[in-house]
Amino acid sequence: MSSAVDTSTRRDILGASAIRPDSSAKVQGKFEFSSDLHAENMLWGATLRSPHPYARIIRIDLSAAYKITGVEAIITAEDVPGKKTYGLISSDQPVFAQDYVRYVGEPIAAVAADHPETCRRALAAIKVVYEILEPLTDGDLATLPSTPAIHPDGNVIRRQQIITGDQNLQGEIVVEGTYEIGMQDQAFLGLEAALAIPDSGGKGIEMFVATQWLHEDQKQIAACLDFECENVRLTLGGVGGAFGAREDISLQVHCALLALRTSRPIKMQYGREESFYGHVHRHPAKISIRHHATREGEILRIEARLVFDGGAYASTSSAVLINGITHIQGPYRCPNATIDGYAVRTNNPPCGAMRGFGVVQACFAHESQMDKLAAACGLSPVEIRLRNAMVTGDKLITGQIIESVAPVARCIRETDAIELPEPLAESANQLEFVGGSGLTSLPQNIVRGVGWGVSIKNLMYSETFDDFATARCQLKDGVATLKFATVEVGQGFVVLAPQIARSVLGVDDVVLDTVDTGIGSAGSTSASRQTWMSGGAVDGACRLVRQRLFEHVGKKYNIDPLRLVIEDTDVVDMIGDFRISVVEASSGVLIDETFEHHHRPTEELDENGQGNCHVAFAFVAHRAVVDVDVELGLVKVIQIATAQDVGRVLNPIAALGQIEGGIAQGLGLAVMEEIVLDNGKMRNPSFTDYLLPTALDAPSVVAVMIEEPEPQAPLGAKGIGEPPCISVTPAIAAAIRNATGKELSRVPVRPQDICF
Amino acid sequence: MNANTEIYSLTVNGKSHQVKDSWVGESLLYVLRERLGLPGSKGACEQGECGSCTVIMDGDAVCSCLVMAATAIDADIRTVEDLASDGVLTEVQQAFITEGGVQCGFCTPGLVVAIEHLLSKNPEPSEIEIKEAISGNICRCTGYGRIFEAVDKAITVRKVNRT
Amino acid sequence: MSVQVPRTLDDALKAIAANPSAQLIQGGTDLMVEINFNHRKPTDVIALRRVDELKSTQIDTKNMQITIGAGLPYQMMERGEIAEHVPALAQAARTVGSPQIRSAGTIGGNLGTCSPAGDALPVLSALDATVNLQTQKASRTVSIHDFMIGVKRNARMPGEIIVSTTLPIVSGWQGYAKVGVRNAMVISVASCCLVVDRINGTIAVALGAVGPTIIRCRETESWLAKQIDLRTNPTMPDNLLQEFGSRVANESKPIDDHRSTAAYRRHAVSTLSRRLLLRAHS
Repeated sequence: MSSAVDTSTRRDILGASAIRPDSSAKVQGKFEFSSDLHAENMLWGATLRSPHPYARIIRIDLSAAYKITGVEAIITAEDVPGKKTYGLISSDQPVFAQDYVRYVGEPIAAVAADHPETCRRALAAIKVVYEILEPLTDGDLATLPSTPAIHPDGNVIRRQQIITGDQNLQGEIVVEGTYEIGMQDQAFLGLEAALAIPDSGGKGIEMFVATQWLHEDQKQIAACLDFECENVRLTLGGVGGAFGAREDISLQVHCALLALRTSRPIKMQYGREESFYGHVHRHPAKISIRHHATREGEILRIEARLVFDGGAYASTSSAVLINGITHIQGPYRCPNATIDGYAVRTNNPPCGAMRGFGVVQACFAHESQMDKLAAACGLSPVEIRLRNAMVTGDKLITGQIIESVAPVARCIRETDAIELPEPLAESANQLEFVGGSGLTSLPQNIVRGVGWGVSIKNLMYSETFDDFATARCQLKDGVATLKFATVEVGQGFVVLAPQIARSVLGVDDVVLDTVDTGIGSAGSTSASRQTWMSGGAVDGACRLVRQRLFEHVGKKYNIDPLRLVIEDTDVVDMIGDFRISVVEASSGVLIDETFEHHHRPTEELDENGQGNCHVAFAFVAHRAVVDVDVELGLVKVIQIATAQDVGRVLNPIAALGQIEGGIAQGLGLAVMEEIVLDNGKMRNPSFTDYLLPTALDAPSVVAVMIEEPEPQAPLGAKGIGEPPCISVTPAIAAAIRNATGKELSRVPVRPQDICF
Repeated sequence: MNANTEIYSLTVNGKSHQVKDSWVGESLLYVLRERLGLPGSKGACEQGECGSCTVIMDGDAVCSCLVMAATAIDADIRTVEDLASDGVLTEVQQAFITEGGVQCGFCTPGLVVAIEHLLSKNPEPSEIEIKEAISGNICRCTGYGRIFEAVDKAITVRKVNRT
Repeated sequence: MSVQVPRTLDDALKAIAANPSAQLIQGGTDLMVEINFNHRKPTDVIALRRVDELKSTQIDTKNMQITIGAGLPYQMMERGEIAEHVPALAQAARTVGSPQIRSAGTIGGNLGTCSPAGDALPVLSALDATVNLQTQKASRTVSIHDFMIGVKRNARMPGEIIVSTTLPIVSGWQGYAKVGVRNAMVISVASCCLVVDRINGTIAVALGAVGPTIIRCRETESWLAKQIDLRTNPTMPDNLLQEFGSRVANESKPIDDHRSTAAYRRHAVSTLSRRLLLRAHS
């Protein structure tokens, strides 16, 4: 790693592998996740869900359910006092289905009872009469105006084109393909759970929720309850991972309504199967793409048609589409483009945010194309990518100039410099071979392949969205207390924030206040944005506090505050001899500052897809080495080498953890993770058949962190959460192609795709 | 009281607990979390496919979601809550903390129990033995890299402490 | 309603005689999944986990057979006597679920559930194992082939407890292989057990997850025995191996489901059986 870990002191400032403050509780099982919460006198809540992908609701009969002892309340759409629908971009999703159900799993009613088992029996006793309708499950069909609308808002959630330059240019070299990406699930381990406690008097409510954005939840819940936001007080319950699935609300409004109806605390939690039905998934996509290039392999023009299947409700499909089409060129120069993108509505399960947010799908397409282009030009996968690699100052197909640091070529070169792993030894342990303990494969059945993937990813929200973050810092007697609404989902903001305070203020003692809606919004924990945005907010608040501290010290000791700096844990006069510890300097005073960090404004795309719609970008290269049993179509990923453009390493171990974790998710999409749909129904909503990578599937990861500090970023650090999961998927697919010679235009790659 | 309820005793972490008013068919995981005030073990799949609920029963690492609680009478059950003594963490727990083995933490209790179990039977396992031993514990956040480091660290620390 | 945890086989048999429709539970790795998902709601349960007699292994050197208690957990089969005398079973045991599942899961459970994907069942089939059942009053022995009737249906009668399974100790090579998409916690997409009996010059091939129950490829077995003398250790010419594989595939009856396709499963058993036969003779 090129970062300098501060070894001269052992303070946990920026750059140190500071320890997470919550890890001690977590290793003892004492950390409270939202599913661990209880309240006196609480009832349990549960949800009735549609078994049909598309149907009209004729009648709902609650009478038998009410007769069950222990049932305290049953609610449906008519019991929603405020807004009957919700949604992150358009409020098109009903709290409870009213006239139609549009996906398998859509909520129709909720019950409150004394025990989860009573809830289950009550749900089974609710009789719903449906008129079953023919579901729309094909994304291409959904783009056609002639296809009947399955929702009043229509079947096209958004269509956006990008028209740039010469629309008729043909290259000497033309390569094309149609690529498909299956539906991946975030599959966070900490299942959905919430606790709602109604105010006596029923005019307000307190909730403990596991979400990615407290204030957005608050806004949506309040609208549905017909409450003012300030009467919906949310506290973050411990979150067991998110990866996008908690951006949309799931059980929050149901839980709140039951609490207000029964005037008792309500606990709701999902099992794994319900969790699959209860949250959005990654958009499956179909991308047809054609690259035009010179004989030397220089990209001249891209034509592409992208269709993202958003399922029954819009969620963030509009934004996912924009990401997909604006990133379809990859981290490569492209002067001309003809791009047509659709986000469509079907009766498939609703899709929304998942780590990578539309760029995962685009990247599989553009990286598969780059290898085709390389072959057509007689170049290696590395050469073709270096030849086209972007640099700072290049113009994107949207007309936006890349102002971010853009070390694409360096990412590729440094990845290429990483040593390849040793070949598989005949004498290796059987578990090292493809097939593991299944004993399917011996060395003579196994072929090794190498493949590449490089990606660009936007950071923060786009298209005029002002996703600011707020933080408050209080300094008293040498202790800094930080307050923010930044959601910790496991990514490590709880360790970064104190590191910032220690660096800026020279304190060692940092206390984190409760994460709740008692302070302004921090924006969502997504879009690789919290280090930049909430980190910027904490940094800004601490700097304001530091300024006030210097003013206080300056006044007390008659020194011009401009001469004062923090050095280690002291306030020091840069010119004179004065030195005093921060503890002493802040003794007896309370300095309290709140700061809102905003990123620069962005623009909407116009009808030709032109506009400065993104804030900043990060880049990464991946090289995958796989072993393949070609005859059986079985794959083992041996090594992932990566060089990632991180700007600045603020916590080396935490950064590496994000990289390794993202790689595992990208590996999952490459070879094993897919929600299998059959006419709108999920065939595998369980961990038996939705396969997540295990410890025996984990490849060796060799990661280089490239530090070219980003001038725009408040701490010089770019977001790192998403890039690791984006280009690793096409790298693995490319490695399998290298080993097998198969075209493989779809991920996840299944055994039958390889051997037939 | 429902006709399908059962009263029985379980021995957990060396203490006897009476379980009343439970439904037949409640898993040990449910009883630990909801009746015995031991929420350290977690549930993420209810099928034995994730290992978050791992406890030690009669010296074997098992998924507590797959144990019918009422049949576990007279078993010696040990949960994550039994590992640290008087707030002093084990080497495995310490290593998870220092080596970045914890992100969201949901898989952590099950993993720590599985690893303690491994090391109690095999103090110096090979890399592949470690991977196989924790192959039943899914982690969605870390990609396992820092977890392997944590196990290696714990093995080294224990070896040093033994000499 | 009751949950009983008998300590001896006699007590267990007495308990089930008193209530023949009571739900038997051993490791719980299949049954508790059904209960957790509300597919099954037992009112009376007899737990066998404390019955030590069900965990014993006995070797009968005179008759060259081994009897394995129905309650022996898979992790106990990966090494020791079972690995020595029935290596294919040890191999199959190691592929079951995860270490946590292997601590609790048993052959008795595999037999009780009788899923065509049950990991031990192809081994029992290839070895022509027998299943030993007892009631309080009587005992009987059923061939594995008669015991496995269909998808999750077996020949156990109410009031019977599966006590053990008896397998021959065969002189010759035996092996097991199982295909799944990832490298651990694998639900079988297709599996194969091959046993060569050098003394009698016969071969047995049993397939898992490619039919309503385990498939014994008897036609292929007798065909191969006519092509070569299995009492020796002949080299296997390539065309023979290929034909062997395709005959095995033709005897399989796989379906398309969310895990895989019939075409792939046929291809997988063809490949696995061919590879196992080659390993047996190299």
